Amino acid sequence: MDEMKDTILEYIIDEYVDEDDDLEVTYDTPLISSGIVDSFSMVSLKVFLEKKYKISLPDSEATPEAFDTVDSICKLVDRHLG
Amino acid sequence: MAYSDRMRGMFAAEIESIKEKGLYKEKRFICSPQDAEIEVEYPEGAAHRKVLNFCANNYLGLSSHPDVIAAAHAGLDARGYGMSSVRFICGTQDIHRELQDRMSAFLGTESTLLFPSCMDANAGVFEAVLEAEDVIIADRLIHASLVDGIRLCSAQYDTFKHMNMAHLEKKLELHRDKRTRLIVTDGVFSMDGDLIPLDEVCALADAYDAMVLVDDSHASGFIGKTGRGTHEHFGVMDKVDLITTTFGKGLGGASGGCVSGRAELVELCRQKARPYLFSNSLAPSIVAGSIKVLELVSGSTERRDKLERNTRYFRERITAAGLQVGGQDTPIVPVMLYNAKLANDMARDMYAEGIYVIGFFFPVVPSGAARIRVQLSAAHETEHIDKAVAAFRKIGEKYGILGLDKKGIVEKYGL
Repeated sequence: MDEMKDTILEYIIDEYVDEDDDLEVTYDTPLISSGIVDSFSMVSLKVFLEKKYKISLPDSEATPEAFDTVDSICKLVDRHLG
Repeated sequence: MAYSDRMRGMFAAEIESIKEKGLYKEKRFICSPQDAEIEVEYPEGAAHRKVLNFCANNYLGLSSHPDVIAAAHAGLDARGYGMSSVRFICGTQDIHRELQDRMSAFLGTESTLLFPSCMDANAGVFEAVLEAEDVIIADRLIHASLVDGIRLCSAQYDTFKHMNMAHLEKKLELHRDKRTRLIVTDGVFSMDGDLIPLDEVCALADAYDAMVLVDDSHASGFIGKTGRGTHEHFGVMDKVDLITTTFGKGLGGASGGCVSGRAELVELCRQKARPYLFSNSLAPSIVAGSIKVLELVSGSTERRDKLERNTRYFRERITAAGLQVGGQDTPIVPVMLYNAKLANDMARDMYAEGIYVIGFFFPVVPSGAARIRVQLSAAHETEHIDKAVAAFRKIGEKYGILGLDKKGIVEKYGL
């Protein structure tokens, strides 16, 4: 789980945080509700998770709430890994 | 009665919640024709007040041009008031065809199809052209109507960082396995006034066998040396596959939009795009007015040249006054304030000074990036711009932000 957390955190920083942004993102930083990731660009994260972990995340579960922190994303992915 | 007290209470609570979040849009009434100087009733019920308008999309000052009004009158007389039909039944007149052909000539494209608005064009184009095995790769700050259109279609989609070509290339590489890749972007971004480097986008599209769609609503008529749009500005007139744009901004400002580009793609829109199929097209008077607008902008660059001069003049003066502006050489000039309350308070004070501008903040723009968006017009005279700059200087001084950079403003007001 820790490895997954680090992988996802690294992806989020690379994908959504610009170098000149003065932002510290951690496992429990709100992503959607704080505006770091918006509901439109959230799809990039979904594409990444599905490819990386070879899972399919239904839209009904890939919600802004489920994607709001690295912790909650990991729980979602973990559920689908079975 | 199905609309019970419980339901009324539920919806009223939602409206209250919008107000509590500071997101409530107040009613403002313009009691004169659209122009550089307008008469406004605000708040509702207040006496009319003359103010200088710096928040309209009337980039070329054609909204109330006498030749356009005369042409619209003539169109009304010659072809009537309404069509009472969608295009493919009995709602297409010869002047609809004429406007489409003139728009293709103006934009340098193969074919054009009119839509009731550009919002409708964007809502319909993706589902008409793409299938589930295709992918859309979109700039993250594209207009909301493009976002809605993308969500309505069956194609997959992904996003790239705003104007970041390296990131776009990464995404094109990632999606090499898809049947079709369509890059989607605004030409000029409406909140930031910046221009996508379309030459670089088209070069990447060539390299990765992708198509390009540009929404040029905030560019058509004035960006590029003869005003054809972002594709003219970057010298890629023949490289863009689809352009969506509007007649509701620089090109007369009434209403209507279009999809313009490769003949087969436009034809697919004619056959399949739902907002085209299930809604009336532009009314004859608007079609006739729009044809006149295209005549005016095709025949002379005088208005876009004046707009360019006005833009340069405003940007120089407002910067010299000590305010921070974003964007590039476009008539959309965001005066950056970062703090939402500051943007709102300053816009209100500007109105009291007779300058009509609006503050924008999250969720319309990213959190911590609040601004007052100023829009220049060819209808503005130098004295109008001088008054606006003087008001910004006065109000900026009141809030103690003149000469401050982002760090200074944030230290004073927070994000």
